[in-house]
Amino acid sequence: MGEFQVHRVRFFAYVPAGIRCLAHSPRSARLALARTDGALEVYNFAANYFQEKGIPGHETRTTEALCWAAGDRLFGAGLGGDISEYDLEKLRVKYSLDGFGGPIWSMAADPSGTQLAVGCEDGSVKLFQVLPDKIQFERSLDRQKGRIMSLSWHPSGTHIAVGSIDLLRVFDVKSGHAIQRILVDRRPQGLYSRECVVWSVAFLSDGTIVSSDSVGKVQFWDSEKGTLLETHPVSSSAVLCLAVSEEEDSIVVGTSEGAVYQFQLLPVKWGSAESKWVRTKPFQHHTHDVRAVAHSATALISGGLDAQLVIRPLMERVHGKGYDAALRKFTFPHRRLVSCAKKAGLLLFQFPQHLELWRLGATNSAGKDGDILPVSRAPEHLLQLKSKGPEHICCSCISLCGSWIAYSTASRLHLHRVHLENGSVSVKRVSKVPKLLCSAHQLLCSADSTSLFVASDEGAVHVLKLLEPGGCGHLQTLRPNSGSAQAVYLLAASADGDWLAAAGGDWEINVYSLRHFKPHCTVPAYNCAVTALAIHPVTNNLVITHSDQQVFEFSIPDREYTTWSRKVQQHGLHKGWLERDTPITHITFNPKQPAHILLHDTHMFCILDKSLPLPDDATPLMNQTALKQLSEKARRGYAHAFKICKKYQPLLFVDLLEEGSLVVVERPLMDIKTQLPPPVQQKKFGT
Amino acid sequence: MAALCEEFTLCGLIASAGAGAGQGIVGLEPGPDPDRVLLTDRGRTATLYKVSDQKPLGCWSVKQDQTITCPAVCNFETGEYIAVHDDKVLRIWKDEDVNLDKVFKATLTAEVYRIHSLPHTEPLVLFKGGAVRTLDALLAAPQQEIENVISDEVIRWSEAFMETQQPVLIFATEKNGNYFVYVQKVNPNILHKYKLEQEESSHPLSFTAYTKNNILTLLCLYSNGCVYKILMSLQHSVPEEEQILSKSLLLKTVVSDTVLKGASLAILDKDHVAVLGCLDSPPNIAKECLSIWNTKFQILQTSKELPQGTSGQLWCYGEKFFLTHGKVLTVIVYKCETSSLAAAVGKLKDTQTSSMRTVSSYVNWNMLQEDDLGSPFAQQSVTAKTESKRTLRLRRNNVAKVQRDTLTVEQLLSDIKDSSQSDIEEELWQFLSNAQMSDFQATVGYIITGLVNRCKTEPTFYPRNCLVQLIQTHGLSYSLCPDLMAVALEKTDVHLLQLCLQQFPDIPEAVTCACLKAFLSINDDSLQGTNVNLDSVISYIDITLNDQVEKQSATVQNGFSSELMEEDSCDIQLTPKPHVVDTEELCPVGPQKAALLNAILYSAYSETFLLPHLKDLSAQQVILFLRYLQYLYIKCSEKVSMDFPGMLSPTINQIMDWMCLLLDAHFTVVVMLPEAKGLLFSLHKFVRAQVRFYSELNKIEGSLQELQRTKPQKDFGLYSIEMLELV
Repeated sequence: MGEFQVHRVRFFAYVPAGIRCLAHSPRSARLALARTDGALEVYNFAANYFQEKGIPGHETRTTEALCWAAGDRLFGAGLGGDISEYDLEKLRVKYSLDGFGGPIWSMAADPSGTQLAVGCEDGSVKLFQVLPDKIQFERSLDRQKGRIMSLSWHPSGTHIAVGSIDLLRVFDVKSGHAIQRILVDRRPQGLYSRECVVWSVAFLSDGTIVSSDSVGKVQFWDSEKGTLLETHPVSSSAVLCLAVSEEEDSIVVGTSEGAVYQFQLLPVKWGSAESKWVRTKPFQHHTHDVRAVAHSATALISGGLDAQLVIRPLMERVHGKGYDAALRKFTFPHRRLVSCAKKAGLLLFQFPQHLELWRLGATNSAGKDGDILPVSRAPEHLLQLKSKGPEHICCSCISLCGSWIAYSTASRLHLHRVHLENGSVSVKRVSKVPKLLCSAHQLLCSADSTSLFVASDEGAVHVLKLLEPGGCGHLQTLRPNSGSAQAVYLLAASADGDWLAAAGGDWEINVYSLRHFKPHCTVPAYNCAVTALAIHPVTNNLVITHSDQQVFEFSIPDREYTTWSRKVQQHGLHKGWLERDTPITHITFNPKQPAHILLHDTHMFCILDKSLPLPDDATPLMNQTALKQLSEKARRGYAHAFKICKKYQPLLFVDLLEEGSLVVVERPLMDIKTQLPPPVQQKKFGT
Repeated sequence: MAALCEEFTLCGLIASAGAGAGQGIVGLEPGPDPDRVLLTDRGRTATLYKVSDQKPLGCWSVKQDQTITCPAVCNFETGEYIAVHDDKVLRIWKDEDVNLDKVFKATLTAEVYRIHSLPHTEPLVLFKGGAVRTLDALLAAPQQEIENVISDEVIRWSEAFMETQQPVLIFATEKNGNYFVYVQKVNPNILHKYKLEQEESSHPLSFTAYTKNNILTLLCLYSNGCVYKILMSLQHSVPEEEQILSKSLLLKTVVSDTVLKGASLAILDKDHVAVLGCLDSPPNIAKECLSIWNTKFQILQTSKELPQGTSGQLWCYGEKFFLTHGKVLTVIVYKCETSSLAAAVGKLKDTQTSSMRTVSSYVNWNMLQEDDLGSPFAQQSVTAKTESKRTLRLRRNNVAKVQRDTLTVEQLLSDIKDSSQSDIEEELWQFLSNAQMSDFQATVGYIITGLVNRCKTEPTFYPRNCLVQLIQTHGLSYSLCPDLMAVALEKTDVHLLQLCLQQFPDIPEAVTCACLKAFLSINDDSLQGTNVNLDSVISYIDITLNDQVEKQSATVQNGFSSELMEEDSCDIQLTPKPHVVDTEELCPVGPQKAALLNAILYSAYSETFLLPHLKDLSAQQVILFLRYLQYLYIKCSEKVSMDFPGMLSPTINQIMDWMCLLLDAHFTVVVMLPEAKGLLFSLHKFVRAQVRFYSELNKIEGSLQELQRTKPQKDFGLYSIEMLELV
């Protein structure tokens, strides 16, 4: 059926950056996430937690706080002292404004979403007004001593609770005066005591302030009287973050030991009106500091320095067995970080600030299933391209023949011509890259390496002509007929060079004719995020995967879904397929087997054989081991369209090389863990 | 978990057809195949739609001045369509007919309310006067006289079912705020009338019903938003006087103060109902919505607002809702999975996803619950069946008296003291069928104590069926009715003893031993007619092989378990073949006795308390039991898994424990007995062989582990080239 030589690659030393802060918007069911390298990601909860948007990081930008305000506008502030608004359509920072208060540690939007309160290093709390297309400094509340580590608005918008070093304060927003000052216990340590940092506060509508501090306590205070209501020692190290549910009946806190605890407001006795905060559930999903938590209506969300985003559903709030009823862990981006020069056997790895080019090894022996073949030529690290400037790389690509490498940062597109001649590598930068006004969100080389497609803002795709021996010129700009405000984030070109498909943030897929540089058609709208696109080299069918795990096949020449695709929709995909954890991130084809589609997500790769019957829910989806035990003849009766291999994980990339061998890029979690700093020392039993 | 899925428009509704679109349509009936529906609008037209394509396949209209008065239906047998226009004119046509004027026409003498078409049977015509005729009978003589059954009541709702291959038609009528329910059986023609309990402040809005095991369940949605459940037996073959139906609250769909208007109800499956209605709570604006409720957990599963208003009509065919929404007929696809507590808390593992996961570590609470609570109902139906086999004379006399009002425990207990056995059976059935009591377990305990007390005082009295039925409620334990097993032992009712052993968690060791003694001393031949559950034996005793088993009497006395009867009956057909069977392999006891002994092996005990009682067994009994245990042990060891499949089969540990206990208790006797010598010898040989085998296995275990350790130790390093085959 299909026997492959698999190049199992584990030398892509990618380490995802730790998660610094989270902001959940219940209104739009989206989660914004900022990483320690300044990168921002937006996850869409309605689309099976798909990482819908990404804004690459920046060397000098460290986001300390994120908040949604004024509808779906996203603001971030960081130790650089700037407050920025993110443009989620063009995927970049819209503008930045200096807060003039030194590094900013915390930020929160008032309940109506019209004001931002910012807590600064110099001890001031500054209020900014959110105007339709900017923010404006309004005033400062009375400046106090000590940096403002955390702040929280009272749900009525009249008071702000502020956490500082060793104390909590309550400000009256109208007058700007501090009306309450609460001292927080220090941790006694020998003769001295260490200062107590109030890492996070929350102001509840009944006037209770919840604080979490570096001593490891979660404390409840009466804001009016300034008295301590309850103390919960949670951890021997710091409690770094807390979040309250919208109904204010549940609190989630994260500690630097990697544990997440839930507190619930429960009646003291059954039926009693008096209720008390009780620590109910501990979760230990992280190995390192949990720097950020969020509380959605049905789940606890936590992110930590181990770069994992964990979404832990609360079983009492989840009804039924939907996608959101299972624990989800996200470590890897839902984007392609690897590109492959199929003809040359090269791999290009994208890191935040550099690219690596590798040549795959070779073998001259053959074997049967499961054998590990002797490597006759070891893989070779050919090239490391460092990007200049503080901006991180947002996308990269290598042409199929391996002679062109392109990458883009937020502001510039870079193009390099690579010469590979009997072992020696030389690279030449193409100096005159046409200055495009907007940034690139995705790059793709055509199959014949003569043009470069640059996905850009407002649904546009620029076509650049690649000229030998090392030049380039702007050829055309393709724009959708409908006019879209969202940036294009996925591209697929056909092998014959006639068609280009582009998917944008509004999930619309436009197909352009490259012969006429005109829009050809639009794929019928499907209300779920597109996760991967590819055009079949033989039939010119566009294969589309969505974040709800649906697979569609659209015939570009006929401008309609193919019969196979209709059959799939009618029959329905297998339950096991639909319940998979991660989205399909890459699709490729085997030109020798036109009926095959190769797809992969983080945990499996699959050959979808269109000529075989679709499985129904009664038959097992993963049947490879069972099939291998059957005779050739008996297999036919049991084989179904999904041939799934789970041997390699976690998978970052799978592609089929020209000569028919597979390349598989794995990044074992253990390898990432060893790169992380040591976690907080915890005493384990017997040590 | 039920969910509403996609929604699409089937067709627009023409407002011009007499009344406005808000009036809804006359009816929507299933078409000749599941994907087609037959829509009758408030006017002159009947249209056949293909639902998945959302397109009409055919459309038939009557003349300008006529109106179709009853929903057109499809005769599934012939593929013809039937409609009535102007109340009395019947039309029958086929797909290829174009003009309704030219098709078959029959003018009837009375006004038709509705036609009900069911698969595999002739359509039923319900007249406005309550009379029911099959279509063929009616067509044979269209001008026949149609009687008026309901005096001046108005039919509000009707539905037809197939129950035990017989069509049953049920319809509800109203007169001055009183509601009546009629159940009409067609073949033979029997009509029952029931009166619905009256509700003070609310009135029924919508009815729906389903039948199962001869029990008709009527669900009724009241204007206060409550759904009531009414159980009716379809067993009565003789008309009786009017009875008042009692209802039990199944679901409350709205909070107080709100009034439901123009609502309808549909059953989706055994746990789910759909309610379409307009909630009118005074401060807010009335809003209409379609909601799916789980009746088991009383929770709202999903709901959908219908802002453009509906006509309050809801149909549900093949996982699709059909309803008028604004000016269109909307189809909403729904999914309805069986809900369980495990699913509700998100813990249910999906057993269907892959068959590899056959072993589920989760307790399916749903199934447990069904076993526990559902059994009284299952039981009813079974007893009902058996009863119908017997003479009904007695019943006829007193059934009216009993059924008139619901039975209380006190009444039943007093009846138990003096009524005849069959009366008590009847009453008990009645009682259990209304069983939605809070202290069900205690009540059952009272009843069984009453029964047992009477058994003790009156030697001829032994209400076997009642006892079996009560035990099957799973609500009993030994301590609730300590004398029951003693009585059963006295009567040597092995079936009852088996049930007790299987279900009571707290049988004293003395009683267990008494049972064991009784079982061992019963002759195999005398067991053959009995009704012992053989489930635990089937996995290892080939019943046909044991030539002791001869033809079993086909007439099972109580016919208690229908499954059992089937199993037995298949044995009957197989004539026992003459076999040359090694005596080693042959079971020393008959299958019935084996099943009984298994029940003993399966029961709980404590060694210390059991040992003294075990000593009571006679030498012969010990030998027999030992032989059986040895047989089990050898059979069990043959299997790789060392276990018998099946729920109640003994495990190898239980067998070993009993064998050791038995040898402990009777060691001196067994050693002395000459006939035990061979047995002990073979047992010893077998055990020794096993011990030797295992010690050999232990020896190679270490080296195997070493092998295993060396194998996956391969470090793939950062790069490797492997072969992969996908088949």
